[in-house]
Amino acid sequence: MKKFVRDFELIANKRINREYYLLVLKSPERLPEMLPGQFVEIRIDNSKDTFLRRPISLYDVDMDKQLVYLLIQEVGKGTRKLAGLKAGNSLNLIYPLGNSYSLPEEKAKVLLVGGGVGVAPFPLLAKFLKQNNVEPEFLLGFRNKELLVDLADFEKYGKVFLSTDDGSAGEAGTVMDHSVLKASSFPYVKVYTCGPQVMMKAVSKFAEELQLDCEASLENTMACGFGACLCCIQETVRGNLRVCKEGPVFNTKDLIW
Amino acid sequence: MVDLKVNIGKLMCKNPVSTASGCFGYGHEYDDFLDVNRLGAVFVKGTTGSNREGNPYPRMAETPSGMLNSVGLQNKGVDYFVNEIYPQIKDYQSHIIVNVSGSTIEEYVEVTEKLNVLDKIPAIELNISCPNVKEGGMVFGTHCPSAIHVTREVRKAWDKSLIVKLSPNVTSISEFAKAVEGEGADSISLINTLLGMAIDARTRKPVLATVTGGLSGPAIKPVALRMVWQAYHAVKIPIIGMGGIMNATDAIEFILAGATAIQIGTANFIDPAVSIKVLEGIEKYCDEQGVTNVNELVGALES
Repeated sequence: MKKFVRDFELIANKRINREYYLLVLKSPERLPEMLPGQFVEIRIDNSKDTFLRRPISLYDVDMDKQLVYLLIQEVGKGTRKLAGLKAGNSLNLIYPLGNSYSLPEEKAKVLLVGGGVGVAPFPLLAKFLKQNNVEPEFLLGFRNKELLVDLADFEKYGKVFLSTDDGSAGEAGTVMDHSVLKASSFPYVKVYTCGPQVMMKAVSKFAEELQLDCEASLENTMACGFGACLCCIQETVRGNLRVCKEGPVFNTKDLIW
Repeated sequence: MVDLKVNIGKLMCKNPVSTASGCFGYGHEYDDFLDVNRLGAVFVKGTTGSNREGNPYPRMAETPSGMLNSVGLQNKGVDYFVNEIYPQIKDYQSHIIVNVSGSTIEEYVEVTEKLNVLDKIPAIELNISCPNVKEGGMVFGTHCPSAIHVTREVRKAWDKSLIVKLSPNVTSISEFAKAVEGEGADSISLINTLLGMAIDARTRKPVLATVTGGLSGPAIKPVALRMVWQAYHAVKIPIIGMGGIMNATDAIEFILAGATAIQIGTANFIDPAVSIKVLEGIEKYCDEQGVTNVNELVGALES
């Protein structure tokens, strides 16, 4: 897929909760095909203490309106800087980067299991699944109800099962404690996961025990984002692979983690 | 019209702008962003005798005005390069220069011999300065008798242009520059990364899995300029300067300090088309300054 570098206009910077915000960016031209699981690299301008771009997963893409949606958590200097941007600001993006999630072999129900800001790739993934006659349902975990995302962005594609660590919304505990994973039958043919590594490993193990295909989208510190620097490697059965190029989506059976 | 052609020893380049090893993959990673054929040369990823998986993760730390890396020469080895990669990149109109790395002198020589038969590789860059491998690498570049020894043996195995990439992690860069010139290097490139480290105060742990790594980016530019200037006054062979070049002005500063050509490294990660912008900026600078041949600027620092 051809990659582009362009200045986008920030249309809106919506506060989602005290840690997350959603950037809505308008492309100066028709967008190329953008696949679920892919990401963009944002240049952080006018910032002396950040040097590299920040890789951010695609939350949603509106091809007709030429809009890109990015759900971001404030975790460091770069994401704090982006949080302060206002409509009308310009942002330089490299896109689309990385590989993408793949469809299940069988057109049936699939489960998307996400934790925290790791739910970010799911709206675009769910849209893609629906377009291909696959039924997505979601199992989403958050620390508490104050840190939820806008669930309507997920509910429009399928049922959402919710868990919070403190039980303030949905079931109490982690996603692994949720009744949907404890039920006697598991009506899904494939599992997609994104979130903290400890959660993804648990989800992957769960899927493996049921002999289900599982794809995980990994996070890693990147310098370039397009395969040149070899900084963001993940150990796999095929050797060290680049999360930015061969990933960020991996079939969990290939991962050594 | 500005004449941008430069001779790096035996190697004639259409302009002084090239991209640094480890920062530009094999060139084709950048095809979407720029016309690689416009560059004077492309220095491809460090190549060793056999497959290397490199260092464990994390391999990168962002630092003020720069970054640390500890990739550790991850590459699939010289045979893979010759059989799989070379056929894909040999038709670029830029010089393809292979960065030759190793843990032992025998390995450096083995890689060199295998590359010597490739028509479209007009030069190698002997990497005696990688700070991220336990054996070899920087050991050769920071101990002068070792630098002399490896340059001598590789020189015997290589007929074409030989560039030796020097380490900045030495007290006297002039001593190393003179030493490799004495062994028949056609040119030298400098600087490789500076050995550094980053610490996470909260966890009390080093950020990199290898603890130390190589510092690059604008943070190292003043050190790099100083070393290019010192080397220029120590040797007669041409110098390829690098270290934190982000734009054409930075590149001109290196040329004024004594570099005949320059390499762009870390800047490619932030702006993948930066090398072409630097090329166009050098031409503009020459136009504005009434310089008709870029070689007039080499070492033209006034003091």
